[in-house]
Amino acid sequence: MEIFIQQTINAVSLGGTYALLALGLAIIFSIMGMINFAHGELMTITGYTLMYCGIAGFPFIIAAPIAITIAILAALIMERVAFRPVRNSSGATMLVTSFAVAVILQTLFQNLISPRSQAVILPDMLAQSIHFGGLSIGINQILSISITLTILVILNWFLRKTILGMAMRAAAEDFSVARLMGARANAVIAGAFAISGALAGVAGVLWVAQRASVDPLMGFIPVLKAFIAAILGGLGSLTGAVAGGFALGFIEIYLAAYLPDHIQPYREALALGIVIFLLLLRPHGLVPAFNVGREKV
Amino acid sequence: MAILTVEGLHVHYGAVEAVRDVTLSIDDGEIVALLGANGAGKSSTLNAIVGLVPPHTGAVGFRGKSLVGLPTEQLVRLGITLTPEGRRVFGSLTVEENLLLGSMPLGKSGDRRKENLERMFSLFPILVQRRNQIAGTLSGGQQQMLAIARSLMSSPKLLLLDEPSLGLAPQIVDTIFDQIVALRDSGITILLVEQNVAMSLEVADRGYVMAAGSIVTSGTAQDLNSSHLVEQAYLGHE
Repeated sequence: MEIFIQQTINAVSLGGTYALLALGLAIIFSIMGMINFAHGELMTITGYTLMYCGIAGFPFIIAAPIAITIAILAALIMERVAFRPVRNSSGATMLVTSFAVAVILQTLFQNLISPRSQAVILPDMLAQSIHFGGLSIGINQILSISITLTILVILNWFLRKTILGMAMRAAAEDFSVARLMGARANAVIAGAFAISGALAGVAGVLWVAQRASVDPLMGFIPVLKAFIAAILGGLGSLTGAVAGGFALGFIEIYLAAYLPDHIQPYREALALGIVIFLLLLRPHGLVPAFNVGREKV
Repeated sequence: MAILTVEGLHVHYGAVEAVRDVTLSIDDGEIVALLGANGAGKSSTLNAIVGLVPPHTGAVGFRGKSLVGLPTEQLVRLGITLTPEGRRVFGSLTVEENLLLGSMPLGKSGDRRKENLERMFSLFPILVQRRNQIAGTLSGGQQQMLAIARSLMSSPKLLLLDEPSLGLAPQIVDTIFDQIVALRDSGITILLVEQNVAMSLEVADRGYVMAAGSIVTSGTAQDLNSSHLVEQAYLGHE
């Protein structure tokens, strides 16, 4: 039982990070119809900012907001420089553009910083844990879970209660009509990138806080997972992205905890097999997007 | 005085010419009907006016100011709104959220937004009861009312209505047309694109008839009613 609770906490923590990343992908996809594969590089940028802040002697509590701000700025620059020029092109063009941005950034990290993994200085407190009733819960995980939930609550409030948030939901459904109503296309899309940058930044801080290191390819795997989570949840659906993120987190952690040792090497394949099975049952995802198949922009 | 002028408008989709040399003008306070069969180029004309499709050549002016090249989101700030064909309410948003989005050009003016919201609720009482309902679950007629109310939330001077009667039950169509007249009486100029010729000419002051991308005839509603040109445009006779 205790192991089960322990693993559940691990699953919520990992699932939360996937959920934040999947949300960042889903917000961009819902509005622009583009999968931003350079989303992971925003995480990596966050990681390197944390590293440099650590070297400069900034305390983590200050370094984290700086790193998230840099991720937001990077997302906005990415949109302005790379994605705005191809905004009205086909989905394939935008996809390839995002791959190009990802590869360019990875190459820059490798050549300008280091191809090898770099240590990030973290406060000792993060590595400690709280013990009660035979459970040991990492401070890291408590922070990760509470930050994820806070972000989800704030984002939900923003999307439901502010005009810009409503305009973003409207644009996700029907961009032309949102523009007819006066939603400024550039503002809505820049807003979406700012939010996705913030989400990638928070996820990046949480990711690095678990590992205490950063490398040029750090963002690739988590964003691939987030992509799977977003599809599992229903591509373009924000609620779905959160559901898919947590679902994938639970699947991965429980498989890691409960599969017999000799099957462990097949864990990833099994996890993806479960995802495929779920998609066979619900082809549009757990919580389908409202406008499946509608044209974008 | 003309509130909207369109001169020599051409719209192409690839090699297909959807609108050919359309010239029309609307005076302040008029209801003008733009009639024609399916595919005659009526919606393309509207979409070109609001910039959703770029005109190939031609001039579009609103109170003497050229609209060509302006981004769509700018037009509503000048006082032009289009209620698109097929209603296109934001189906996953509530009725009230749909209305609030219509008031985006009002900026931070919370009082005017609230005032307009109350006005829409008194104009379309059904929307009050449905205020917090998801718009996608409304009936077709209710969605059309919501779509019109959403356009009115920005206090437009010129309302472009694209096929407001499409797919609606006859008594709902009557209600919508009564509303159109009431809107004109409240000072809004209306360009009405319709397939329902009889109803349109009943409420309109003047009309233009399009066929195969061009305007084939125009005149007062009475003249059009008594001529055979409208029927011909629909039936495709030369």
